[in-house]
Amino acid sequence: MSSTTNDSAARPNIGAVEARSTAALTEARISVRNLDFYYAANKALKSIDVDFPDRQVTGMIGPSGCGKSTLLRVLNRMYDLYPGQRATGEVLLDGTNIIAPGIDLNQLRSRIGMVFQKPTPFPMSIYENIAFGVNLHERLSKSQMDERVEWSLTRAALWEEVKDRLTTSAMGLSGGQQQRLCIARTIAVRPEVILFDEPTSALDPISTLKIEELIDELKRDFTIVIVTHNMQQAARCADQVAFFYLGELVEVGTATQMFTSPRERRTQEYITGRFG
Amino acid sequence: MSATTSEGEMAGPKRDPQVADMLSRRRQRSNWIVKALCILATTIGLAFLALILVTLFWLGFGGLQWTVFTEATKPPGSHGGLINAIVGSLIQTAIGTAVGTPIGIMVGVYLAEYSLGTRLGNAVRFVSDVLLSAPSILIGLFIYQVLVNPFDGFSGIAGGLALAVIVIPIVVRTTEDMLRLIPVALREAAVALGAPKWKSIVLVCLRAALDGIATGVLLAVARIAGETAPLLFTSLGNLNWSLSLAQPMSSLPVTIYQYAGSAFEDWVQLAWVGALLITLGVLALNIVARVLLRPRA
Repeated sequence: MSSTTNDSAARPNIGAVEARSTAALTEARISVRNLDFYYAANKALKSIDVDFPDRQVTGMIGPSGCGKSTLLRVLNRMYDLYPGQRATGEVLLDGTNIIAPGIDLNQLRSRIGMVFQKPTPFPMSIYENIAFGVNLHERLSKSQMDERVEWSLTRAALWEEVKDRLTTSAMGLSGGQQQRLCIARTIAVRPEVILFDEPTSALDPISTLKIEELIDELKRDFTIVIVTHNMQQAARCADQVAFFYLGELVEVGTATQMFTSPRERRTQEYITGRFG
Repeated sequence: MSATTSEGEMAGPKRDPQVADMLSRRRQRSNWIVKALCILATTIGLAFLALILVTLFWLGFGGLQWTVFTEATKPPGSHGGLINAIVGSLIQTAIGTAVGTPIGIMVGVYLAEYSLGTRLGNAVRFVSDVLLSAPSILIGLFIYQVLVNPFDGFSGIAGGLALAVIVIPIVVRTTEDMLRLIPVALREAAVALGAPKWKSIVLVCLRAALDGIATGVLLAVARIAGETAPLLFTSLGNLNWSLSLAQPMSSLPVTIYQYAGSAFEDWVQLAWVGALLITLGVLALNIVARVLLRPRA
């Protein structure tokens, strides 16, 4: 990777990457306290402490295997699907520890939605894709559901493109449209927090740009956590940036601070592309 | 590293062009021989298939007439048909499919979604696989022991249930395989919306796997439509028109078995017609299954 000659030109560096957001951080919506995570005997997260500010975007960056996706999957208890994975510590949402036993997971996931790396449309119509999630948690009349579908597709910047073919299969959409459908499906449930797990890594640049604009728009109503491998993306989207390395949270701060004057040497080295 | 690498630029050991030439010729020669053998084997296989089909069509179409579909089987020399066998086959195949499919799908769902790493799951999978390759006459004998012998009589329902036992492991295997092909991301996406596990299985996974499972069911139907052995001891066969499930019931394969070996020319002729009908039916099912499994644009 590092052997090509024009490496430094292609890589971001402290001078080149400029955080767009200069907002001060808001009050925490989710607070992670002393979180450890294990895949069987393998400790993947080591005493993590981090706050996710309300209705702002937190970008989680770091090399592959550093634990950023793992943390994301703790926040909606996705790890519960897999025996052998467990978390200890506290993840507080409105003062409730959501990783404690006895939490209603289906309800939790209706409050904390998730968008995945690859678009995951269900094998049904566009309309049904959105109704699926809504029907899990609400009883709506046909007209209310129509309204909700239009609302969520509009918020996901997809309505204009699909309004004439809502009953056709979602599998026929392009990759970028599918991903926006997945976002629409997630916000249709009206969560408080949306988790994005590298949402643009399978998309072309134009679609990526659309998703990023969308995230910027969505943060007015939703608290957003996004895992990304793309430093520019973190700079463009995030208000707060957290850098993970080998299962540890190395540093967290406002985007401006992280990209202009990181406190840790490892953060600076990663951001400038010297490793990872 | 191919031949385009210009010599002289690369340091290190050079290769001998003569040796390379010799090796290349040898490769081409063995390639030619293997190719010829493959074509020969394919030709032999296809030739037999063609012979079978030509014989079947020749003899089968020769005896095909309306009375085949209007008359029941009759004593030799009195121009009978096959309608009792055709309807009997349809009924027993329908029973076998209707009983076997839901059980098979549910077991398949259990294996793919709930049994991960459990002893019971592995045991069920093993038993199902054994059943899949069990000789079908064994299944006939089993149903004879538990349904025919105790209730003192051969019956259509016993025949249908014997066929169901054949359907179950086929559907189990297809359902499990098809569900395992569903990407993890799709399950997670359903769960991430707050769907309980059963809803994500029924509404998302099974729906995504539907084409594949339907194909498996169709192939199972094609398989039991031609089964003879499980019916010999269960529905036995019936020379008269009968729709009663409690009575012995006729079927195409059993009728073929009885007629083809008989000494009467018109019976032998009817056996060929029956064989033709089964073949065409199975062929149609296979084509439908292929169309179903074809990826959609």
